[in-house]
Amino acid sequence: MSGVQQLQAAPRTGWHVAEVVETRRETPSAARITLDVDGWPGNLAGQHLDVRLTAPDGYTATRSYSIASSGDGERVVLAVDRLPDGEVSPFLVDELRAGDRLEVHGPLGAFFVWRPPADGGTGRPVQLIAGGSGVVPLVAIARAHAEAGDATPFRLLYSVRTPDDVFFADELETAARGPAPFAVEFVYTRRAPAGTDAPVGRITRERLAAGVIGADAAPVVYVCGSTGFVERVAGWLIELGHHQTAIRTERYGGT
Amino acid sequence: MQHFDGNLLAGPLADVFAFDPTGARARCNGCGAVAELATMLVYRSGAGSVARCRDCGAVLLSLVDGDGRMFVNFIGMGAIEIATTGRDDA
Repeated sequence: MSGVQQLQAAPRTGWHVAEVVETRRETPSAARITLDVDGWPGNLAGQHLDVRLTAPDGYTATRSYSIASSGDGERVVLAVDRLPDGEVSPFLVDELRAGDRLEVHGPLGAFFVWRPPADGGTGRPVQLIAGGSGVVPLVAIARAHAEAGDATPFRLLYSVRTPDDVFFADELETAARGPAPFAVEFVYTRRAPAGTDAPVGRITRERLAAGVIGADAAPVVYVCGSTGFVERVAGWLIELGHHQTAIRTERYGGT
Repeated sequence: MQHFDGNLLAGPLADVFAFDPTGARARCNGCGAVAELATMLVYRSGAGSVARCRDCGAVLLSLVDGDGRMFVNFIGMGAIEIATTGRDDA
């Protein structure tokens, strides 16, 4: 299995110049940024890139952002949440315009990635767990799964402040309606949709246990979110019987 | 201090190796645990990054970047296991 996967080598990494094709509001605090990256070799679902900004005085700041798209071609889609104290994200969310250029390094990440089963057969079920903007690489994974028409059972548990803060809502709905088995469940931490009696509050061990594929089905679990979210969830997953090697984590943070 | 994980070092390490090694496994000299570099706990500061074993907290590597040079010290890990079959640069 792993031998087969290794035959699908990851694209080579390098520094590239990216031009902003489009930037638009994704949520009240986030922007969706479409880049045209010169020489981009394509990327796997779940990978990220580093963005380097250089000030006129030569000061540079580099930050990592997950990629919401995957596959061949030079188009790359990011979704960036504005961190109030951030050094880079407020610029990317509020100032960046079509036609601007950025330096990007990627595609990066050889661990937090998903590939469709190489033999076309059904792989182990996949449970995706997102906290806030940590959903971005999981959107790439869910869309790759849908586009491959892969028969592997997929679920996404998505912890988000309010319905207005959901990233890629249309894309997730489209993936859930497609032929590839995919279900989405939301945990609203501040406000649930009007007219529903969904509970509101941070994810608990009980809600996690009720909302994810059970350990008896031996799923591969991808968890992405803030450090606190990832470590709480990963700890509970192990208590619920999931094996540490079946849990792939990515902690984000940082401005 | 806020920490992240080894996924964050994919870019800097890809500048050192000929590829991104975060999917490769290494053994912690402290406790013997074997895990992907992506699972290390990474602490960043203005001076650079320190990566620790998620199981025992021992320092596995440090990375200091500045002044046009990068210093990488794999101080706490044994051999790194790298898949060579199928890699496009193998």
